[in-house]
Amino acid sequence: MRISAAQRAFNWFNICLLAFISITAVLPFLHVLAQSFSDNVAIDKGDVYLWPVRFTAESYNLIFHDPTVWSSMRNSVVITIGGTFINLAATATLAYALSRQEYRFRKVVLMMVLITLIFQAPLIPNYLLIRNLHLLNTLWALMLPNAISAFNLFVMRSFFMGLPGELIDSGRIDGCGELRMLWSIVLPLSKPVMATMGLIYGVNNWNTFKDAIYYITKNNLIPIQVKLQQMVVDNTLGNSDINSEMAKLLSPEGIKMAVIIVATIPIMMAYPFLQKYFVKGMMVGSIKS
Amino acid sequence: MASSTAPAQAFRPHADKPRKLAPIRKHGVLYLLSIPGIVYFLIFKYVPLFGSVIAFQNYSIFSGIWHSPWVGLDQFRRMFDYEDFTRILSNTILIGLYDLVFAFPVPIVLALLINELRLLPYKRIVQTAVYLPHFLSWVIVGGIIINFLSPTTGVVNHVLEQVFGIDAVYFLGDNSYIRTILIGSGIWKDSGWGTIIYLAAIVGINPDLYEAAQMDGAGRLRQVWSVTLPAILPTIAILFLLHIGRFLDFGFERVFIFLNPLNSDNGDIIDTFVYRTGLIDQQYSYTTAIGLFKSVVGLLLVVISNALTRKTTGESLY
Repeated sequence: MRISAAQRAFNWFNICLLAFISITAVLPFLHVLAQSFSDNVAIDKGDVYLWPVRFTAESYNLIFHDPTVWSSMRNSVVITIGGTFINLAATATLAYALSRQEYRFRKVVLMMVLITLIFQAPLIPNYLLIRNLHLLNTLWALMLPNAISAFNLFVMRSFFMGLPGELIDSGRIDGCGELRMLWSIVLPLSKPVMATMGLIYGVNNWNTFKDAIYYITKNNLIPIQVKLQQMVVDNTLGNSDINSEMAKLLSPEGIKMAVIIVATIPIMMAYPFLQKYFVKGMMVGSIKS
Repeated sequence: MASSTAPAQAFRPHADKPRKLAPIRKHGVLYLLSIPGIVYFLIFKYVPLFGSVIAFQNYSIFSGIWHSPWVGLDQFRRMFDYEDFTRILSNTILIGLYDLVFAFPVPIVLALLINELRLLPYKRIVQTAVYLPHFLSWVIVGGIIINFLSPTTGVVNHVLEQVFGIDAVYFLGDNSYIRTILIGSGIWKDSGWGTIIYLAAIVGINPDLYEAAQMDGAGRLRQVWSVTLPAILPTIAILFLLHIGRFLDFGFERVFIFLNPLNSDNGDIIDTFVYRTGLIDQQYSYTTAIGLFKSVVGLLLVVISNALTRKTTGESLY
């Protein structure tokens, strides 16, 4: 097929535009990385762009000697591993029950879940609940309230429903109990959906911020995101020219950037898998709903 | 187990009641498995929902929900009397509106552009790059943007000063920039990710349609306009509806991170106000009333826009 000059021009324009957009998505990150390895004087002078100036790992050295950074990392690891385990267990069990014809309360429970999607309780009743359950200032407050996402529940349910019915039948003929059936037939077949859900939940748990602001006031229990917010964002005012000397004393730019990098590394490591599974998961979800 | 109990039941003499329960007992494990999930929804979703009645009380933490005095609609009346509330409501509506007008169309355009790429490896690279910011938390995104815009060390101000000779601007300390920053940061974070659903919808288009359009002499632009766009219109409609439903839910985290006393006149929204006044200043009943108001308006918005969309495009959520 012949391509007209106008179309060729558009193609090149499009390639360049998307290159520009892609660079905009990634470049800020390189800038942060460069700053985190640069000398603070060079950062203040504005010499650092995409490559470290007067290379130093001092910022990392400083944050790794800060016990509060360590404790916040430990909390985030606990929330991410423990929380994701709770998420998967709670979502998979309910989704499995809801996927089976034999489960009689299917419609009632589905309706119950759907209503929570449409109408959500305001912040304060949620806060009072956590308070009355004595979960304030515990890591449970960051894991239990979001144990099941209704959207993920529906995606997982439709995956279970898509499994071939013959497998269930053959399991029954072999005399499998329901539990055996779930454990040795359904779950091994569900590795892709479990991996996708695990990643979705895992990223959400690592990024937990709002709930920690609401429910955690003790500094030794905050996750890394809140620690980061305290260091980076809280002194936006301090950053103003009014007391910029103060701001520099509080936390030099290089240190803030180093914390950003540390908080991002797990996401970056997971990103290749995220991209692979997420995109599939999103497509399945969007087609099903 | 299943095969051994079935014949046994048939011979049972007074089988009337057991027969009703038999299927439940037979698949008892299914019911057991569903219990944790159901309990989760009851405790963490329904208890707060019923707990919202404190909006009609003068709740005090000492008397609890059972003994606090009922005050009818007083809290709601107080809401509209308070002039700060009108400012916060109008901020919420304006920011929501800007988000709808400026951020919502970006993924559509981006998806159309990505779809025009013919070089597959390049397409994959672009997608890998633009999906990335979605996975960063708002704190990280906020930290990066605050660093960029800093009046002393930020790269934006360095460029402004050195290239254009403009004095440093304290972007975050100014009411006139905060909304742009809020919307812009959202576009940077989530537009790429938003293309996925549209790209999935575009993949599903029947290639015959493009062939037919080519036969009729339609160029690439014309094909986008007359084939691609109409084909993804249902997807756009559904996502538009979902967006409308979350209209007042701009998101606590994004605003909370950028908010400071110098920009809160234009940046403070319902969520951040409820956090400050409710959680910090402990005006529980009053802020629950505000939250309830927000939820009800959100519900109404979904119902109304659903009806409108069904009438105009034939698509609807339910």
